[in-house]
Amino acid sequence: MEAQCINIIETMASCLVRGGTDPGLAQFLSIALGVLVVTLLPLILVIIFIWLERKIAARVQDRIGPNRVGPFGLLQNVADAVKLIIKEDITPAGADRLIYNAAPVIAILSVILVWGVIPYSPIHIGADLGIGVVYVVAVGSVGTLAIMMAGWSSNNKYALLGAFRVVAALVSYEVPMILALLVPLMIAGTMSMQGIVEAQQGMWFIVSAPIAALVFYISNLAETGRAPFDLIEAESELVAGYNIEYSGMKFGLFMASEFLHSFTANLLFAVIFLGGWSGPFVQQVPALGFVWLMAKTAVPYLFTLILRATIPRVRIDQMMAFNWKFLVPVALVNVLLVALILKVVQELGLSPSPENATDFVANVPQALILLVANLIMGVIVLNMLRNQGRRERMADQARMLRTVEQDKQIVPSAAR
Amino acid sequence: MNVVNEWAFIGVFMAVAWVLPAAPLVVSWIFRPKRPNAIKMATYECGVETVGDTWVQFKVQYYLTGLIFLVFDVELIFLFPWAIAYNQLDFFAFGAGLLFIFLLADALIYAWRKNALEWS
Repeated sequence: MEAQCINIIETMASCLVRGGTDPGLAQFLSIALGVLVVTLLPLILVIIFIWLERKIAARVQDRIGPNRVGPFGLLQNVADAVKLIIKEDITPAGADRLIYNAAPVIAILSVILVWGVIPYSPIHIGADLGIGVVYVVAVGSVGTLAIMMAGWSSNNKYALLGAFRVVAALVSYEVPMILALLVPLMIAGTMSMQGIVEAQQGMWFIVSAPIAALVFYISNLAETGRAPFDLIEAESELVAGYNIEYSGMKFGLFMASEFLHSFTANLLFAVIFLGGWSGPFVQQVPALGFVWLMAKTAVPYLFTLILRATIPRVRIDQMMAFNWKFLVPVALVNVLLVALILKVVQELGLSPSPENATDFVANVPQALILLVANLIMGVIVLNMLRNQGRRERMADQARMLRTVEQDKQIVPSAAR
Repeated sequence: MNVVNEWAFIGVFMAVAWVLPAAPLVVSWIFRPKRPNAIKMATYECGVETVGDTWVQFKVQYYLTGLIFLVFDVELIFLFPWAIAYNQLDFFAFGAGLLFIFLLADALIYAWRKNALEWS
């Protein structure tokens, strides 16, 4: 019995009750401690993320990056935070003060709230809500509200234009994101985050739903304002976008929320498609689940960082067209395809039964069929894209040729 | 933990989570210099003096995008229960899903044909 008290977060309540505390109070204390841990975790980690991002962006651009403050420049962000705190904070004349000041806090809040339902290990999770995925989507969208609040209340045309753009883009990219989420939900048969991870004990969903994973990843890039979709802060076009009037720590909070959001999106990707905490020895040492989760998150996250440093920005019309004319139709068809295959596999008796759902071999037939179907769909979609691209290039060439012909006709007559 | 506790956690979480990001703002408010003047407070628009009101009419395209999104978002919520229960349903569920997603796609095609998706 004593051994149970080692893992305080899960068993603190029962241990306190045994020590003579009121059960209700004990329950509340354990919840409060859990909340504190889950809230502090992202705020501490974000300092490391920003350092990592600056280092990697620097390496891609053949620079060294921060290397003076602390070992490997690790304390650079702490120094930056101190600088931001002692900076004068300017509220522009004519700003809507209440909304202006609330916006940065809400921006961070929307990201932190997502961490409450992330399963860190088989037993460590803030709250395993039955509707975890809907909660994540709902809370994540509050960040859009914060951006609109910031842009609207700043009393600045650039800020407002930036906010409009961002909101239009974020709101649009939410549609393919939710559609892509439907596919793993369909295979897992649950919306609880812990349930989704447990459903992947046999087979990661990235194998059985690669197209959904890709759509989810791309729309997450857009949702978090990452290159090539970083129109949110188009420095060259909108000076800075929605946060142009912010200074000091409020600007710092917006920046921190952006970095945190990007990491959180990849964390969700790891939980939903890469099997979350599942890995070797995780049942014996649950804390190891956190290490596996972070290791899995690092893969898409590093990819995001490298993308940011290498890819140019798209225009707003291209961004919207890519979403509504490509991602949404692809995601819709993909949902139907997976639904059909799942049902056919089930009718054929190839799907894993509930008893051996965590067995790798039992999952292989269904996953293999889904993978092949996804690949076929991918090839067809790429082919359609190629043909469309070729048609447009041909039309462009024909137009150019016509212009040249016209020029030829004009020049001799002018010479005459 | 039971269901009530899960939501109690979220409740406490929402009550506490905004305090931590707000804390640096308070610290900053204590330590930062406060010397405002009219020019410092002026709206920053590339150094040129601001012309007219900021809260002006905006492009109708944003409004259309909002409308299309609303259609999709409301309908997508109805797909969640379908997706969750899908493994336990018979083949008819696929037909129902097909019909529903066809209606979604129909709205998209309509918007597309009406040029509501063109950003110009």
